[in-house]
Amino acid sequence: MSEPLLSARNLAVELGGRRVVDGVDLYIREGETLGIVGESGCGKTTTARLLLRLLDPTAGAIRWRGRELVGLKRKELAPFRRETAMVFQDPYASLNPRKTVGAIIGAPLSIHADPPDRAARRRRVQELMEMVGLNPEHHNRMPHEFSGGERQRIGLARAIALRPRLLVADEPVSALDVSIQAQILNLLDDLRRELGLTLVLIAHDLAVVRHLCDRVAVMQEGRIVEAADADTLFTTPRHPHTRALLDAVPRLQRAGAQAG
Amino acid sequence: MALLEVRDLAVGFDTEDGRVRAVDGVSFDVDQGGALGIVGESGSGKSVTALTLLGLTRARNADITGSVAFAGRELLGAPERELRQVRGGEIGIVFQDPLSSLHPLKTVGAQLVEAHRAHRDVSRAAARERAAELLDLVGIRDARRRLDSYPHELSGGMRQRVMIAMAVINEPRLLIADEPTTALDVTVQAALLDLLRRLRRELGMALLLVSHDLAVVAQLCDEIAVMYAGRIVERGPTATLLEEPEHPYTWGLLGSIPRLDRPRARRLQPIPGRPPSAIDRPSGCAFHPRCPYARDEHRRRGPPLVPADPEADQGHQVACLLGRSARRALWAALRDGGDPEEAMRRAGLADAGEGRA
Repeated sequence: MSEPLLSARNLAVELGGRRVVDGVDLYIREGETLGIVGESGCGKTTTARLLLRLLDPTAGAIRWRGRELVGLKRKELAPFRRETAMVFQDPYASLNPRKTVGAIIGAPLSIHADPPDRAARRRRVQELMEMVGLNPEHHNRMPHEFSGGERQRIGLARAIALRPRLLVADEPVSALDVSIQAQILNLLDDLRRELGLTLVLIAHDLAVVRHLCDRVAVMQEGRIVEAADADTLFTTPRHPHTRALLDAVPRLQRAGAQAG
Repeated sequence: MALLEVRDLAVGFDTEDGRVRAVDGVSFDVDQGGALGIVGESGSGKSVTALTLLGLTRARNADITGSVAFAGRELLGAPERELRQVRGGEIGIVFQDPLSSLHPLKTVGAQLVEAHRAHRDVSRAAARERAAELLDLVGIRDARRRLDSYPHELSGGMRQRVMIAMAVINEPRLLIADEPTTALDVTVQAALLDLLRRLRRELGMALLLVSHDLAVVAQLCDEIAVMYAGRIVERGPTATLLEEPEHPYTWGLLGSIPRLDRPRARRLQPIPGRPPSAIDRPSGCAFHPRCPYARDEHRRRGPPLVPADPEADQGHQVACLLGRSARRALWAALRDGGDPEEAMRRAGLADAGEGRA
């Protein structure tokens, strides 16, 4: 097996005296979709932030395409930053309310002056808006003029602006209405395929994870208690916590009735 | 006579931006000991419906019409004093966020005692006894000691158990629960759903459960009503609604939900567009701008909620202008994994899309 795109060994972090992440080992292969699931407070979001080097680990190692990331200086991390991106649960809180949507999506392009020419950047912004299913003519509008689902599209457009290799999506659909959730899940799947993205999906909803992910890691109290390819994990869960999570999901059928 | 009979309920709010038609002519019954689930997305009017039953949407800018009969008593025009007796008495209420419904500076025990004594003429000591009994009933261990806890000392799931204890302390005949498990972890949710099921059985109370989550509702309810844009677009026994739905919006909801109980499969079939604004509702059938099967006339004519099959069970009702055979053919194709276009072809409705908005 070739070297994974990203791997972590014995990753740990203490926040406010508590070990929020406590010895996590995991890897992500290029092109795959990894789901990290668990209940609130299990450390899944913190793990994602550690993986993206948004937070310094107390201990452990993180390798990106064969290179150690822990201990690198800000400047040395710049290429890594360019190749990774994140989208969040609350698309409103993560968008600057005073900037036009075009400016928000184009911010990473401007920062890196890529492309160098302003008009070309504007074209790229409109292209990105089209890719995520937004009307490119709306680039001058403000975030509040968009619905929750559209704001998540804006977040996605900004995240993929610099054509990252790795996208981490933290509960990207949990604040959205059911019908809108499905639109965004399909969009994530399309973008992943079209751009050859490697995707890490952080979610509490196991059905969402099953729908999108090739491999799944289940977290509890800061540790990964089970990791397996999705089919195995969902059909033959081994860890009691995985089984408890699966058993707890309400099924779309009358209680006690057989599936139709 | 049903325990709760709601007829032609309409709720409008006058705002600076215009009139919000939150609920637009809703009728349903909840039988003694029965359980009805109301499902819908944000803005569908499901929560406003529940709140209005309890007189909690009364305001100077609110226009409320219709009828809400509870155990034969009209609640809509009833004086506030009388409603206060009903709320927390014969009708228990559980909301999504227990933190905002519990008083942060009072112990759990004090709040339970207060809730009980507001409706029953009992001593403080007897009420405290009852409060401990209730905490025990909702599965809180070491109940007597927990009476002295403050809400912030409890986990989210525990707080919701306290809310449920408070809602049922006076043995209501009807429990209204609005998103009672939303935002809770899935294992906590499962435990609370179990609790609600058990309480329903043990106390023989009826349940009106409001949720965005079709699966949650299916776990607890005998009957489901699907709301869209302030109206019920389909309702029926839970099994019928899940297995033989006849409204395109219900199909859309079902097609939007990733499933754990089936092999990881096909692409989701989301509903295009987004729910309409409550101020500017679409003409005709409110779902027509998002409906793949809408025809031109559906933009002009609004569909009434009528029995899906006039010959058969009157309990399954649908508000859709498509013919019954077309609806059945479309669902047959969709449930087998077809997309709307394929479904239309297979249903012989290839031209149906022409009138699309």
